[in-house]
Amino acid sequence: MLVSRPVHPPEHPVQLPAFDAWPHRLSGTVIAALLNHRPQLAALGDAVHAAPYKAPPRAPVLAVRPRHMLAGEGDAIEVPGAVEIGAALGIVIGRTACRVAAADAMSHVAGYLVVGELGLPLASHYRPALRQKARDGFCPLGARVIPAHQVADADALALRVLVDGQPLQASTTGDRLRGIAQLIADVSDFITLQPGDVLTLGASHGAPLAAAGQAVTIEIDGVGTLSFTLVEEAA
Amino acid sequence: MRTARVAYAGALHGATPHPQGLQLDDGRVLAEDAVVWLPPFEVGTIIALGLNYADHLAELARELTVSARDEPLAFFKAPNSLVGHRGVTRRPAGVQFMHYECELAVVIGRTARRVKRADALQHVAGYTVCNDYAVRDYLENWYRPNLRVKSRDGATALGPWFVPAAEVSDPQALTLRTLVNGRVTQQGRTANMVNDVAALIEYLSGFMTLQSGDVILTGTPEGVVDVRVGDEVVTEIDGIGRLVNTIVGDEPYGR
Repeated sequence: MLVSRPVHPPEHPVQLPAFDAWPHRLSGTVIAALLNHRPQLAALGDAVHAAPYKAPPRAPVLAVRPRHMLAGEGDAIEVPGAVEIGAALGIVIGRTACRVAAADAMSHVAGYLVVGELGLPLASHYRPALRQKARDGFCPLGARVIPAHQVADADALALRVLVDGQPLQASTTGDRLRGIAQLIADVSDFITLQPGDVLTLGASHGAPLAAAGQAVTIEIDGVGTLSFTLVEEAA
Repeated sequence: MRTARVAYAGALHGATPHPQGLQLDDGRVLAEDAVVWLPPFEVGTIIALGLNYADHLAELARELTVSARDEPLAFFKAPNSLVGHRGVTRRPAGVQFMHYECELAVVIGRTARRVKRADALQHVAGYTVCNDYAVRDYLENWYRPNLRVKSRDGATALGPWFVPAAEVSDPQALTLRTLVNGRVTQQGRTANMVNDVAALIEYLSGFMTLQSGDVILTGTPEGVVDVRVGDEVVTEIDGIGRLVNTIVGDEPYGR
């Protein structure tokens, strides 16, 4: 197995994928949708009405994934313990999206890529919890962006997470509170999305756990695969 | 030397202070209102702190059941939110409570990973002023403060000047204030931070690598009030700068 150095910026610059569609490269801005898979919110049950939440989410629930979190194909990502391996579809913006209507939103999409959303397990969704969710390398990106016209229905793609070759999760990119078009529409009401920005559709419910020493592969049919390894955090 | 980044006559320029306003790197001297001011450095990751002033915390403690012993409340803002000195920030029609937050912005100059408090300030390149706006109407209890409140287009004003760390002898001995249409509405001292600059660098670098150009917005003291369309909001920190922003409505955006 190829052993790569653990992801620590800036000594380990992440190679963001270039691709054969405008704008040809990613901007480096990644914004993730959270709790967008219906079963995820359903699993919380009545808790969404209780403290601290008091009501279900109204606007899209989002998190910024800054540059230190980005990793690439084949990278070794340091973890302090078991981590959840969220698997999400990344939507690459091709044309500036500001207040776009859902009906027009797909024309702002350049393509798609596989995005991993790692995090230390945490029951609460109340705070951004950067220490658990925003560690170095916790947002690996697939090496390829597939142009949008080559993906027939990006809202209905099969998705799998394999740990050491074992399939631990099978899901789809469907059953979202907001599908791709509605998500772009609602986010672009207050965040202007620029060409090359990535917006994720949100990981599927039931992200499996993996730990140091294990190899992870995320597959999204028609979009590609993303493989990386987890390594023990140096003392 | 203090530096700014501005747009003038079709190009971007570095600039330094001048008695008549500012001087571009190419020698031209201009008035403050003759240029478009950009955030004064290439901004990397924007890390913001909530509830980091003892007085502000006391204001909110009953509602939020928080205390100074809790882990720092940190969150990210995205680059869409950046705007420079003399910029405008939109107040959406129909909202009840939109407020400024005057904050000391700490600019990282050297990679920081698992840095100890005693060494932390060596990783600071300099400082500037931030006005970290929030639209409270949009507050939800999911990953709070959520992006619709804080990471809005144009909701993070930075500037006017990047002030090198060498010109700031003690970042915890600065006075901050906000003036709305010339009236002082917020005052505080960086001495009242719950987690000071060094502690924040130690905390953040414990789980993420801080890089040159990353900026830490260190939170705001008590005294945030609603601002309306047409208001001129001046956030200033003695020895760092005076950052001007104007609140605009939906109309120029065709909303």
